[in-house]
Amino acid sequence: MKIFDEYKEKLPLKIVEEVREHTKGLTSDKIKKIFEKVYDEYVSSLVDAGESVGLIAAESLGERSTQMTLNTFHFAGVSEMSVTLGLPRIIEVLDGRKTLSTPTMEIYLKSPYNKGKDIQKIAAAIKETVLDDIVDEYSINIVDLTIEIKLNKEKMKELSLIPSVVSKAVSKKSKKYSVKLDGDVLVLKLKNKEENLNEVYKIKGAIKKIHISGIKGINQILPVRRKDEFIIITAGSNLKEVLKMDEVDATRTVTNDIYEIHALLGIEAARQAIIDEVNKVLESQGLDVDLRHVLLIADTMCTIGDIKGITRYGVVSEKASVLARASFETPLRHIINAALIGEKDELNSVIENVMLNQSIPVGTGLPGLITKFK
Amino acid sequence: MAEKEKAEKKQEKAEIVEEKKPEAEETKQETAEKAEEEKTEEEKSAEEEKKEERMMEAYEQAIFKKVNSIVFGVFSPKMIQKMSAAKVVTPELYDKEGYPVDGGLMDSRLGVIDPGLRCRSCGSKLKECLGHFGHIELARPIIHIKFVDTILKLLRCTCKECGRVLIPKNKIETISAALEEIEAEKSLEQKRKEIKQLSSVLRAIKKCPYCNARQSPVLIEKPTTFMESDKKISPIEIRTRLERISDDDLSLFGLNPEAIRPEWMVLTVMPIPPVTMRPSITLESGERSEDDLTHKLGDIVRINQRLFENINAGAPEIIIEDLWDLLQYHVTTYFDNAVAQLPPARHRSGQPLKTLTERIKSKEGRIRRNLAGKRTNFSARSVISPDPMLDIDEVGVPKRVAMKLTIPEKVNEWNIDYLKRFIENGPDIYPGANYIIRPDGKRKKITDETKEVFLEELRAGYVVERHLMDGDIALFNRQPSLHRMSMMAHSVKVLTGNTLRLNPAVCHPYNADFDGDEMNLHIPQTEEARAEAETLMKVSTQLISPGFGLSIIGCTMDSISGNYLLTKELEFTREEAIDLLYSIGIDDFSRLPRKKIISGTEIFSVLMPEDFSFRGTSKNGEDVVIKKGELIKGLMDKANLGSESGLMLRELHKKYGPEKAINLLKRLFRLGIKVLLKTGFSVSVSDTDLPDEIDAQIKQTLNDAEKEAERLIEAYENRTLETFPGKTMLETVELKILEVLNKARNEAGRFVAEHADKRTHTMVMANSGARGNMLNLTQMAACVGQQAMRGKRIERGYKDRTLSIFKRKDLGPAPRGFIRDGFKRGLNPAEFFFQAMTGRDGLMDTALRTPKSGYLYRRLANAMQDLKVSYDGSVRDATGKIIQFKYGEDGIDVSRSEAGQINVSKIVGHK
Repeated sequence: MKIFDEYKEKLPLKIVEEVREHTKGLTSDKIKKIFEKVYDEYVSSLVDAGESVGLIAAESLGERSTQMTLNTFHFAGVSEMSVTLGLPRIIEVLDGRKTLSTPTMEIYLKSPYNKGKDIQKIAAAIKETVLDDIVDEYSINIVDLTIEIKLNKEKMKELSLIPSVVSKAVSKKSKKYSVKLDGDVLVLKLKNKEENLNEVYKIKGAIKKIHISGIKGINQILPVRRKDEFIIITAGSNLKEVLKMDEVDATRTVTNDIYEIHALLGIEAARQAIIDEVNKVLESQGLDVDLRHVLLIADTMCTIGDIKGITRYGVVSEKASVLARASFETPLRHIINAALIGEKDELNSVIENVMLNQSIPVGTGLPGLITKFK
Repeated sequence: MAEKEKAEKKQEKAEIVEEKKPEAEETKQETAEKAEEEKTEEEKSAEEEKKEERMMEAYEQAIFKKVNSIVFGVFSPKMIQKMSAAKVVTPELYDKEGYPVDGGLMDSRLGVIDPGLRCRSCGSKLKECLGHFGHIELARPIIHIKFVDTILKLLRCTCKECGRVLIPKNKIETISAALEEIEAEKSLEQKRKEIKQLSSVLRAIKKCPYCNARQSPVLIEKPTTFMESDKKISPIEIRTRLERISDDDLSLFGLNPEAIRPEWMVLTVMPIPPVTMRPSITLESGERSEDDLTHKLGDIVRINQRLFENINAGAPEIIIEDLWDLLQYHVTTYFDNAVAQLPPARHRSGQPLKTLTERIKSKEGRIRRNLAGKRTNFSARSVISPDPMLDIDEVGVPKRVAMKLTIPEKVNEWNIDYLKRFIENGPDIYPGANYIIRPDGKRKKITDETKEVFLEELRAGYVVERHLMDGDIALFNRQPSLHRMSMMAHSVKVLTGNTLRLNPAVCHPYNADFDGDEMNLHIPQTEEARAEAETLMKVSTQLISPGFGLSIIGCTMDSISGNYLLTKELEFTREEAIDLLYSIGIDDFSRLPRKKIISGTEIFSVLMPEDFSFRGTSKNGEDVVIKKGELIKGLMDKANLGSESGLMLRELHKKYGPEKAINLLKRLFRLGIKVLLKTGFSVSVSDTDLPDEIDAQIKQTLNDAEKEAERLIEAYENRTLETFPGKTMLETVELKILEVLNKARNEAGRFVAEHADKRTHTMVMANSGARGNMLNLTQMAACVGQQAMRGKRIERGYKDRTLSIFKRKDLGPAPRGFIRDGFKRGLNPAEFFFQAMTGRDGLMDTALRTPKSGYLYRRLANAMQDLKVSYDGSVRDATGKIIQFKYGEDGIDVSRSEAGQINVSKIVGHK
């Protein structure tokens, strides 16, 4: 209808759609009247210019964060993976930390597989297998300076591995030793004859972590039922490799590692990830914070096209004003660096004007008054 | 204060150029970099003029100067000498008579700190003179500790012979262009990193590309010694090398030659801060105690003089070296007394001196304590207590407080008689006045003796500081001030007693209770401030939280219980109903039905506006319908009356505006309380008593659960339990037991909810949402349940068991913290102990969380405080950079929305 298009210009799309939803079967005259009312309401709900929305967002989230639990682990149902939630997770996200305390993924699957077909097999293919997982025992031959590794057949079968693959993976890893396959026993022999026993022990320690199959970084997998489909929850995250798998539904699979998302899908996706992660925590804690505040925080973190944490190295260091940076943390460093380049503080943000007892450039401090003097 | 701070920073290293003078009347901060001599002349005449001006219009508080920008930089030795008011040559402070010594550190040319004396540089008195810098000439150059890193970088990357940067000519241009690009595209921070990278490359270069001189690696022996092939480079040598570096090369190191020359980083002249920033305090004994900085400067001057003498006397090199090092130590600790490799300079008592760096940094430092935080007069603080008979936007102020806090009122011909009455009463009779301010700015205290005189002389233009009275505007605040509703404007109501009083409905936004909480009161002193407080901060304007778009003020506790009972079941005679309504301030009973017996809902409906229609749900999911101001279905409980929930209050606010909404809320609140007052409301232990057969059923449920747990444990011990993927068998059995026990407790809870007497007041409170929930009741009546720590059953304590009364390795419910009984029946000692454990864990959690979330909040606030909506609807930061093109993507103000939405269905429904 024409009226809908007309109001699409004036109102946010979501509201227009809502009106469409609610006005089914009404005459266009009535719809028009409704639109007028909705538009009036919308205009009267708009923010004022000068509103200090940043501080309001900080307050809204900050006030709520005092009510969160510090409880790190949370069991959502008995058989779920434990994830960091609550205040520590919020801090982790807003800090823009690169290493997470519990990286995790939710892997959605494409059609036949999401109904449970081959789910164990797919899960096994995703999980990272290191040599240690499939080894029964290591023994060191002190005389020959060799390591004999007995592989566990059953476990290998579960993962559909054969000894030769394992042997190849092990030999690829290092040039210090040669690998010989003897049935299901791997024999490692040092190439350099002068090496001593110490070196052998070192190697024994090192080979345990050799990657054999699966996706690097995924330490644990857990297939669970979500509503009417099966998904795989993991501990550890490697979005890039997981998305390469054919069975995986790449459109819905997510990780909680924001930097991975940023590297793979770009800054807009990372921004959405920040929003989702913060909302997930807020929801799990039963806290009610309006989406707009979270949006604004995520936007400040992402405006320069890179993820900047809310820390002295991140967002705060990007500020133009010396005094604003100095008033946060490490004041001397900022003042000295400013002196070295003769930095000029234009005093256009809030805190410097507070320092100088001048009116601040937000809210009622923003407009100037023009009057005629006699 | 601000001036003092600046003086310090200046001293430190930064030169502040004030393009215009700050508005503060006392400003005399010299505009640096400009011809100083002319300046003083000019300043003096300006000073006179300003003084007169001040006399005339002190109370006008007109802002006539504004700081436009501040430039940071480093003082050149020349500049230091130029701006110096006195050269300091002796460590002595005072002569025998106790007057400052000429050429000493307290020289009266550096400013005044004693009342009665005049500054010899500017002629002003105490508090008028801001102080003047002096200087000392150092006998030998001294490295400035804060620039050691920069000096090292410069020494390593430039030729020791010719002073050129160790980059061949043809490459310089490309590199500097690349650096510039990084600064423009990314950030200054990034450029610094890049420079660091570059300098580590240049370090390795062995031969100067310009003069072919061989370069040897420069090492640093922290804190301030530079070594070159095992030989110390003397600061003199360093200075000459730095002098050779050309201006053009400096930009490659991120230095701006206009702000700094590298040789200035090695001090030859040192500025002495004015005495006003290091005032001495006179102890009770009459003894003078000097400031830490004065002590430190004294050390510097003393050693400096000794060094001079020794050099002049031709003392052996080794003595001079020693003194030089000592001087270096004193200058270093003067700037920073927490340098890692140096022992901090101490008082005689052994406590470290607070020198320049310590003054500025940290929470107690100048910046966060004195510049970002301000102190205020006209404020009060006291314990708070509730008073539901106050209006929601009122605050009860004790008379004693009201007689100390004052409001300045300017006299004009229309209010002169009114104001005279206050002066007649004087400071001791309420309502009186404490001071009058004459047009010349002189404040005079009103006493019984002066009263008559003041009454005589009072005329238009005077200001009377009268006592606080009913209806004045006050800001009311409770820490921690986490959101803007933590500080709201109330109108004053002067009461007897000693506590500040507030309506319990506003406890929620302040997060206050009455277990000893204290709150602060501030009285705005100017018309502008009052107007702003009233339009922006009044309680009625803060009804809707900007955090989630619902009412943050609502009924609590008794008022919810009361309204719940009223709308649920109560009936009154007409007389009683009228009595009830009158007691909450309603005198129009025309809407009360003309019946003998009037139901509670009918009484409730009298409060509703006649044209108000509403459709919602109550706490337990039933429909609530109000039609044309009449509650026709459902009952009132927390879902509709409480704060942070329900749309009824939001709806009222939207439809009738803040004033009417708050008025309605006030009445609803009082109605609830009055209903309880009339009907009586008390709780007893027997409230949660259950019938015997139900008790037996609960017991059975718990027994079954324990049996089930035992079965699981058996299966675990026989290793027949099926494990969850990714979990060990022990973890699995733990989870399963936890699940079984929790289910049992929930089951017990269901029994309690179904079979406890719903008419008891304990149940009324839980059901209405006034206080407590079903879980609390279950814990009282039936079973406290599993005590969990960190999501697990209790498992710590003794070896393999939690307490020594249990068997080792017993995984059963009781030894792992399952509390079978309810609080009413009582806990056994072990259970009590487990409960105390989780209780303590909870306390720990709170104690650890508060600083963490506080820091998160501080960081968020600091990062985002500059963001504002600009006139085009976009969100921008201080420099105008766009953060969002439209605030929240739709431009809606949360505090004007309904839970963040525009309620389309409601608009359609009304159509």
